[in-house]
Amino acid sequence: MKAKIIITPKKAVLDPQGKTVQNALEHMGCQGVAAVHVGKYIEIEMAPDADCAQARQALEQACHRFLSNPIIEDYTIALE
Amino acid sequence: MRFAIIQFPASNCDQDCVHAARVLGHHAECVWHKETALNNPDAVIIPGGFSYGDYLRCGAIARFSPVMQAVRQFAEAGGLVIGICNGFQILCEAGLLPGALVRNRDLQFHCEQVLLRVGNRHTPFTCQVPPDRLLKIPIAHGEGCYFADEPTLARLEAGGRILWQYCDVNGELTDRANPNGSLLNIAGICNENRNVAGLMPHPDRACEDILGSTDGRLILDSMVHTIEQARALPRAS
Repeated sequence: MKAKIIITPKKAVLDPQGKTVQNALEHMGCQGVAAVHVGKYIEIEMAPDADCAQARQALEQACHRFLSNPIIEDYTIALE
Repeated sequence: MRFAIIQFPASNCDQDCVHAARVLGHHAECVWHKETALNNPDAVIIPGGFSYGDYLRCGAIARFSPVMQAVRQFAEAGGLVIGICNGFQILCEAGLLPGALVRNRDLQFHCEQVLLRVGNRHTPFTCQVPPDRLLKIPIAHGEGCYFADEPTLARLEAGGRILWQYCDVNGELTDRANPNGSLLNIAGICNENRNVAGLMPHPDRACEDILGSTDGRLILDSMVHTIEQARALPRAS
């Protein structure tokens, strides 16, 4: 089982990295871009015998307490 | 006065803090992050640097070091704790101070002298700053843009907890004087009990004339003065 965690900056937080990438995309001729947000991707491999529900609960806590900072970031967890 | 300077892997201003404390005539002792006790200091300094390589987020991993439990207990018992630069980031990540520090708005690492207006001179970190005195203290950071939600900012303002703000030579909180995009030009804050403070500028690098400013002394002197005052009070039996 693998957890795919995506962490993105909250909308209210200044995201100069996203803005800079957006500007660069325009410079290279990539059209139609309305906004860019740069975040993080974390992949966690769970033990083969891990319980799916328990894993989700543990990962939620890990994301909330450590992997993301809820003041400035949002996260999503996909288990597969 | 005995300062405990917390050392994490990749702290790099620990010796600056030790030097500053000794220049001011105090005792300073480094405490490695794996320690679980602080050895009874009068105050704790969490120095600047790049603890744990700034992996994940600045300060995010340092907060789980064993020594942080001792720092938390020291703070909860009323001890004075100041976090400088990365130390400020660590205190925010640890939840000892509200808000977060994010990437500078221009994505540049800023290493320069800034001017600070003192927002509240009635705290253990600012009580020795003369009225209307602006502080000239250097910054050196890439992620010092202070962010907190509106209710938190309102609480900080109402509680007189915004201790230092970036300003121009006239003491005005202009956007131009703001090096990193911090909300309300915030350079440093304190907790509700006013015994834990954090700031991005480096008072440890502004304690000797040869460094271009001695204004950092006013912050350390404020802490020393507060502790000496508390000692002078008769103990309740």
